[in-house]
Amino acid sequence: MSLATKIKIDPSGLGQSHWYEYLIRFLFGGIVTALAGVIAKRYGPSIGGLFLAFPAILPATATLLARNQQEKKQGQDRNSAQKGGGVLRGREAAGVDAAGASMGTIGLAVFALIVWKGLPHLSLAVVLPLATLAYFVTALSIWSLRETLWRRLREQFRMLSRHSDANPHRS
Amino acid sequence: MIRILVGGTVVSAFCLLGEVLKPKSFAGLISAAPSVALATIPLTAAAHGKTYVSLEARSMVLGALSFFAYAFAVSRILIRWKWPVLPVTSVSLLLWFASAFALCYALLGTVL
Repeated sequence: MSLATKIKIDPSGLGQSHWYEYLIRFLFGGIVTALAGVIAKRYGPSIGGLFLAFPAILPATATLLARNQQEKKQGQDRNSAQKGGGVLRGREAAGVDAAGASMGTIGLAVFALIVWKGLPHLSLAVVLPLATLAYFVTALSIWSLRETLWRRLREQFRMLSRHSDANPHRS
Repeated sequence: MIRILVGGTVVSAFCLLGEVLKPKSFAGLISAAPSVALATIPLTAAAHGKTYVSLEARSMVLGALSFFAYAFAVSRILIRWKWPVLPVTSVSLLLWFASAFALCYALLGTVL
């Protein structure tokens, strides 16, 4: 199965968010960006630079994602609200989102590395798009590598299970 | 004020991208997008020059490594123990701060 068939764009996800969720993200992102500037001005570029990689989106998106998944699950199965299944599913979805983010941070480090090494020699108009492209390529490569390895491991485990079921006396 | 507007717009744009992408683990990549950096760097470069931004980017590498520790810890806690999301993502930010400042001190020799 090719990578292209696995990644999908699903605009229906946009309809699940309320208007105030967009506002929260906008304010959260804006405040973190402004704070990064204030900290750099007060404490210098070494400390200010740390905040360019501050987890600005993850806490907001994980919380909203968990709530949306919970509402979706409870809408599908009214009993799940009593059992807490929707809540657990929402938390797990947020965990999967964070796992994806941890892979994305490698791309973020590559972005920073290119800006650090490239900017003294090249113009900002060249370095910034190049670094952004490098972020996407790195993050996508790590994600696809992890997906491929994970799929192979699962297939091997399934084959081993079938084998031991077919020959119960050999193991 | 302009930083709030630019930062909010860039972060919101990446959030929208993350919402429409499936599967969720792939959409999660967008949560670590360089959104704050993309909003800040052009403004900082205009005000202080390229050398200043380059120094910021050097520290940003350490911030990104700390982000990895933070996101990995959050994902493990949420998937394994399924604790409430808001306390986990908020309290775990302490890990980012501790890691970022420790790396900054160890490798760059400065904290404040």
